[in-house]
Amino acid sequence: MSDALLQVEGLTKRFGGFLALNQVSIAVKPGERFGLIGPNGSGKTTLINCVSGSLPVDGGHITFDGRDITALPAHRRTRLGIVRSFQIPKPFTSMSVLDNLGIPLENAAHGRGADGADAMQILEAIGLAAKAHLRPAGLTQIEMRKLELARAMAARPKLLISDEAMAGLSSAEVDDILTILFRLNAQGITIIMIEHIMRAVMRFSERIVVLDAGERIAEGTPDEIVRNPAVEKAYLGE
Amino acid sequence: MARTLPALGVGVVVVLAGVALATMRVNPYLYFAGYVILQYVVIATAWNILGGYGGYVNFGTPAFFALGAYTAVFLIRSIKAPLPVLIVAGGLVAALLGLGIGYLTLRLRGTFFSIATLALSVVLQTMIINWEYVGGSRGISVIRPSGPPFGNYVVFLFTVMLGLAVVAVLVARFIERSWIGRGLAALRDNEEAAECMGVPTLRLKLFATTISGFLLGVAGAPFPYYVTFVEPNSAFALDYAVNALAMPMIGGTTSWVGPVIGAVLLGTTQQLATVTISSELNLLIVGVVLVAFVVLAPEGILGLVRRVRGRI
Repeated sequence: MSDALLQVEGLTKRFGGFLALNQVSIAVKPGERFGLIGPNGSGKTTLINCVSGSLPVDGGHITFDGRDITALPAHRRTRLGIVRSFQIPKPFTSMSVLDNLGIPLENAAHGRGADGADAMQILEAIGLAAKAHLRPAGLTQIEMRKLELARAMAARPKLLISDEAMAGLSSAEVDDILTILFRLNAQGITIIMIEHIMRAVMRFSERIVVLDAGERIAEGTPDEIVRNPAVEKAYLGE
Repeated sequence: MARTLPALGVGVVVVLAGVALATMRVNPYLYFAGYVILQYVVIATAWNILGGYGGYVNFGTPAFFALGAYTAVFLIRSIKAPLPVLIVAGGLVAALLGLGIGYLTLRLRGTFFSIATLALSVVLQTMIINWEYVGGSRGISVIRPSGPPFGNYVVFLFTVMLGLAVVAVLVARFIERSWIGRGLAALRDNEEAAECMGVPTLRLKLFATTISGFLLGVAGAPFPYYVTFVEPNSAFALDYAVNALAMPMIGGTTSWVGPVIGAVLLGTTQQLATVTISSELNLLIVGVVLVAFVVLAPEGILGLVRRVRGRI
């Protein structure tokens, strides 16, 4: 397992008396398309918050690229290459779309040889170039999601964590985002996808881990997960 | 960097113009009033580095200003320190307080941070009231050093404050155009997203609170020599808290020009009102103008200018 890009071992997180994550372990290999699913409240976003550094952990270890990052603040993890997008888009509202990308370029990617011209390239690749000089308030829902992904790309991630990038989108728009994620993966970026839209996760992921009530209950290929009785029980009850 | 040198040049010209003005013999009251306006340029600019760029609204301006003033009182009484020493020391002590409230931002955001800074001002005032050495609640008289380098002492102080205002504005302008200013804007818009995009939010907040505190302290340090009688109610006056916030809001908080415009406009109006109508009318004017701007032009005069020019 030491060849994993991201290794989470025995991660525990409590909110007061509530055990949000109980001894969760996952390992994501370099270049992998990794799915993380589970019913509402199962701890997916909490796990991502712990991995990205937004929340401190109560137990366990997180290793990235062979380095223990459990105690690193979030911005240092981003600089190492763990970049996340948010479930509810959180754009920098006072800046233009282009300047939104400038923040991660300047703060996270700079040390890895990125410069200002890259922002426009990323926007072109993702289909937002025409909106580069608008403020985020002028964007549609799907454009907002694309901005969220574009901004994450500007941080030059090794591992991209996409937290429900497709929630609330139409079927055609879901395909649009999926195409973008497949293309990023083809460029060598490891991707963790958290998603409720099963059609998308099943198509995208090479391997899936299922969380339920803060515990890991299953792991396997999409086919194995679909046939797993424990997963069915978690989603539908007995 | 290419535009830093011209800016420095403009700053030097402004100071030289001030010195030239100081050697002319016009109505001494103009220097007296001009000092207050320039002092507000420093205060508004300093406040805006934290409140405008970083989005952390500080209601505790009087605490920092008075800390600068009382540091000066202490140094005048104990070692008769010269004015440059007072200014630097006042700034440094207030910077320490700024660093302290910087750590508050770890736990307090938004309104709660503002309430804490307000409380800070009250606590500090209570401490000064109970400290007899610097005058306690009765206040203390300060005797100006004899023989200023030129003009009379008020004219000299006016020139000093002009220099400080130029320095404060140059510092704010430099911050605004550097990665620090852009990072502060990102954390103002969304702190969590900024941190996740690689912005070292804690370090930037500590930097902003410290430099803002420093400049507020600097503005307060010459105060004892200006008024020659320092007492807690004037050093911790509510005016500083209200003006520090109102001036950048009226001018526009996203650029260094905003606080300067706001301070000159509002400061001049207040001085005129003090002479012509009544000295109690100051804050009423500020209140009315502020309400009008918050409702009609939330992005201040700069926002109005941008809207007229048809930009985003």
